[in-house]
Amino acid sequence: MQVPAPFEYARATSVQDALELLERHGPESHVIAGGHSLLPMMKLRLARPEWLIDINDLAELRHITEDAGVLRVGALTRHAALLGSDVVGRLFPIVHDAEKVIADPVVRNRGTIGGSLGQADPAEDLTTVCDVLRAQVVIVGPAGERVVDVAEFHRGPYETACEQNELITEVRFPIRTGSASAYEKVERRVGDWAVAAAGAAVQLGDDGTIADAAIGLTALGLEGLATDAAAVLVGQRPSEDLIAEAARLAAEASSPVEDQRGPVDYKRHLADELTRRVLRRALERVGATATAA
Amino acid sequence: MTTVQERSPMPQEREPNPALTDPSRPIGFGRVQRKEDPRFVRGKGRYLDDVVLPGMLHGAVLRSPMAHARLVSIDTTEALAHPKVHAVITGKDLEGLNLAWAPTLSADVQAVLATDKVRFQGQEVAFVVAEDRYSARDALELIDVEYEELPVVIDARRALDPGAAVIRDDKEGQTDNHIFDWEAGDKAETDAVFARADVVVRQEVVYPRVHPAPMETCGAIADYDPIDGKLTLYETTQAPHAHRTLYAMVAGIPEHKIRVIAGDIGGGFGNKVGIYPGYVCAIVGSIVTGKPVKWVEDRSENLMSTSFARDYIMKGEVAATRDGKILAVRTHVLADHGAFNATAQPTKYPAGFFSIFTGSYDLEAAHCSVTGVYTNKAPGGVAYACSFRVTEAVYLVERMVDVLAQELEMDPAELRLANFIRPEQFPYKNKTGWEYDSGDYEPALRMCMEQIGYADLRREQAEKRARGELMGIGVSFFTETVGAGPRKHMDIVGLGMNDGAEVRVHPTGKAVVRISVQTQGQGHETTFAQIVGEELGIPTEDIEVVHGDTDQTPFGLGTYGSRSTPVSGGAVALAARKVREKAKAIAAAMLETRPEDLEWEKGRFYVKGDPSAAKTISEIALGAHGTVELPEGVDGNLDAEVTYDPPNLTFPFGAYICVVDVDPGTGKVKVRRFVAVDDCGTRINPMIVEGQIHGGLADGVGMALMEFIGFDEQGNCLGGSFMDYLIPTAMEVPDWETGYTVTPSPHHPIGAKGIGESATVGSPPAVVNAVVDALAPFGVTHLDMPCTPARVWAAMQGRPTPPI
Ligand SMILES: Cc1cc2nc3c(=O)[nH]c(=O)nc-3n(C[C@H](O)[C@H](O)[C@H](O)COP(=O)(O)OP(=O)(O)OC[C@H]3O[C@@H](n4cnc5c(N)ncnc54)[C@H](O)[C@@H]3O)c2cc1C
Repeated sequence: MQVPAPFEYARATSVQDALELLERHGPESHVIAGGHSLLPMMKLRLARPEWLIDINDLAELRHITEDAGVLRVGALTRHAALLGSDVVGRLFPIVHDAEKVIADPVVRNRGTIGGSLGQADPAEDLTTVCDVLRAQVVIVGPAGERVVDVAEFHRGPYETACEQNELITEVRFPIRTGSASAYEKVERRVGDWAVAAAGAAVQLGDDGTIADAAIGLTALGLEGLATDAAAVLVGQRPSEDLIAEAARLAAEASSPVEDQRGPVDYKRHLADELTRRVLRRALERVGATATAA
Repeated sequence: MTTVQERSPMPQEREPNPALTDPSRPIGFGRVQRKEDPRFVRGKGRYLDDVVLPGMLHGAVLRSPMAHARLVSIDTTEALAHPKVHAVITGKDLEGLNLAWAPTLSADVQAVLATDKVRFQGQEVAFVVAEDRYSARDALELIDVEYEELPVVIDARRALDPGAAVIRDDKEGQTDNHIFDWEAGDKAETDAVFARADVVVRQEVVYPRVHPAPMETCGAIADYDPIDGKLTLYETTQAPHAHRTLYAMVAGIPEHKIRVIAGDIGGGFGNKVGIYPGYVCAIVGSIVTGKPVKWVEDRSENLMSTSFARDYIMKGEVAATRDGKILAVRTHVLADHGAFNATAQPTKYPAGFFSIFTGSYDLEAAHCSVTGVYTNKAPGGVAYACSFRVTEAVYLVERMVDVLAQELEMDPAELRLANFIRPEQFPYKNKTGWEYDSGDYEPALRMCMEQIGYADLRREQAEKRARGELMGIGVSFFTETVGAGPRKHMDIVGLGMNDGAEVRVHPTGKAVVRISVQTQGQGHETTFAQIVGEELGIPTEDIEVVHGDTDQTPFGLGTYGSRSTPVSGGAVALAARKVREKAKAIAAAMLETRPEDLEWEKGRFYVKGDPSAAKTISEIALGAHGTVELPEGVDGNLDAEVTYDPPNLTFPFGAYICVVDVDPGTGKVKVRRFVAVDDCGTRINPMIVEGQIHGGLADGVGMALMEFIGFDEQGNCLGGSFMDYLIPTAMEVPDWETGYTVTPSPHHPIGAKGIGESATVGSPPAVVNAVVDALAPFGVTHLDMPCTPARVWAAMQGRPTPPI
């Protein structure tokens, strides 16, 4: 049995209490949500927090609410809850696409959206989803609450704008009319982390041209969105050629590294292939038919 | 969800005889639920880690982070100062006891705890004994080891390079990394056939290093009683008796003072055959502290340090006529045995039964040579349900036959049908010395083709190809060789590969059978009861099967290589028949007639011509133990004991066809259908047989598509967790479709051949052949396992790479 190094444990009763506990126990105290990223690292003794502040009792962080043009999702919302939510599926099909391929039901029953973003693993799927949906992250700290764009939230692999003494409380997704989204991932096996994945969101104008688009890549060495790729779409009518051009640019923007999941050329190929697929599907979902050129 | 279709050309699934007792209680062979399952489904199994002894301490192993390094110093002071630590044992301490090195199962030695060097990442360096497992782990971090890094040898192809670092400089006279050269077959004859053949195909085929990965990892609890000098050892072992004897030989504890207990075991697949350093350390820990010591490895330790499987680089060649007659097969194999040659094989077979690589085909000549080398990787190379390297052999020949079919532009199923050993040729002596006991191959393959709808699938494939869709159909036909084995040919470290069994019928007609083999999930408690039931007409539920305790069972070599039913099953059947003979004599006395006037019907003897004058087995049992006047030379019980020496191995076979779809954009393989037609001779419990097949097929899909232990250039193991070492889930496997034929073994007491490994052996080539078939439009002729999306895509681009 793999066992973590010794640590102390406290169970927070409110957001305020969690913040106080983090403050009191200092820099080596860490929040634990679903534990499905933190505990495996602790068992391998790669993470050695001195204190774990358990936030699982904070019911106020567990909600999915549609509210004035925004979908508010509490940080403690489990993957399974996102996958089970009709409103999420209707507004943001990309979330369901992604959730279906995040880990397995056992992990999805515990893992949370706050933990996923907090972990900021480069192969983590919800980060790309949030990028593509241009979500905002609500962070609460000793100095109060701040709302940051997800682009600003991410500082790189395993690094975020949320400080050790702060808490992610909510993720906000702007609801846009006439838009749709999609996500696709290649994995070696069900439950495996992505070899590569891509996500896209498109908004269609009244005239049938693409009013807005966002493309994101997972595990492909791209921080943030593939902006050049999305830019070629805007103002254009959907077509296979256009999709191919955007996919080519997305692949160009990627900088994958070779590992057990595959070599660089394959992963770059996937950036192209998967971008095509998600653009096609998102356009299909929004009711546009991409005309073959 | 599983679709099971059964077709049998012969009536064989014998109905239990309901005439004798309650019709709801099946007697003998047939589809009955497993006796062991009520405790497993209720969570009441008793696995090693469930065992808690009073005052028990816990051990943990410190492992080398490096693949090859000289040990400069080990400082255990701080660890010993940990308040909960009772002992820290190093290689130096073991040297004092002459236990730093232990013999392996292949005439080599293996370090228990490193003394001079570490030779693979994860090698055992020190052992901590503490009050709880947490403290034991914490204390590992307090041991200070200084290493001096050495160059590593990771790629077996480079192991014999002149400048390669010598891994085993501990062995006197060892100046390189060479272990053995071994060959089988007639080289000159084979070369001559190749020289005159119309067609020769060649392909390097790699069977990568994989791991058995049983659900339960390995462990032991040693409980040494200093007063009576008795060692009780709870172990996760597939071979309790062999372990006891080896401990007696190595540790110098007299054999009668050692008791090995194997409780429920959560899967073995060959991983639990050998003796691991942790077991020896637990024993030493118990002797040193005077308390029981439990050691259970974690998942990473299991994957990184315990017996791997395969790791064969095979250069295959097939010679054939232009019209598709296979003439000869030739191969040279480079076998990577890791840092110590610890593979579990019968002594005379350094490459196991690899020389069965002629497969199911009638050849004019065959020759193989195998070179074993040391590398800086974990030792072992036992199994993973491999029947002593038959897996590699079958994979090679079945891949090569497909390579030939592609070259000849022949249908792979037709090519096989044209080359099978014909039924009248059995017993068939192959070109490398094996005598196949029985077989009837064509009906099995035809049944498989019919069941999957082979012709329709080929039509569908042609249509799909025209549309650019990638669909593949893979055929494999295997002949296994299991049931090791005849003592004149087979031993492991000098112990003949026979097994004992003891049957006792109690006065009330209930029975106990004691066996030497050790279940790890195969259902022995049911199967062996059914064998006795079949022979004596006693209901399965009235027969207790005792195993897994050397103090309670007769000697035998254990369960691996699909040997339990072929060897131990033979012993049980013969012991039961001895009981029946005895029962006959006693029944004759009871019926006041002569034994030769009695007729046997399952469960009772009756007087010929007068079925009403009869004695049931229960009545006879009571008579035997009661006051019946016994005939001359018959003593007052209904017990018998047999040690079975099989006259030959058994040769199960099967035809497998797999259908895959490949996503051309991502290289992702989806197994759509899989039909397995198996012939394991007599089917004792068809439900258990199917269970064994289902599990083996999943294993095969895993190896074909995802399982692989890789290493980086420094020798770091890249497969040390289930995040990196992938095993298949229900999502990667299709609903299995099975069928069967029955060709009983002519020499086995009940005609059974063993089924434990057939599917693991036969399925990987079916899957890989299907993937290669799907990729044929890209000119792909071969692709090494595992067929991960990236590797499939690389093959589509014309640059397939071997796994390293
Ligand atoms: C076998 C397995 C497979 C997986 N496969 C995938 C996959 O394919 N794709 C994928 O995206 N993920 C995958 N995951 C990760 C899984 O989704 C995790 O649940 C998730 O990444 C982390 O969520 P958590 O709630 O478990 O976080 P935890 O493990 O509890 O925490 C992770 C980190 O976030 C911090 N944190 C958590 N909550 C907050 C908060 N509210 N405010 C501030 N910081 C916080 C913690 O301090 C910690 O540093 C897998 C995990 C496992 C075990």
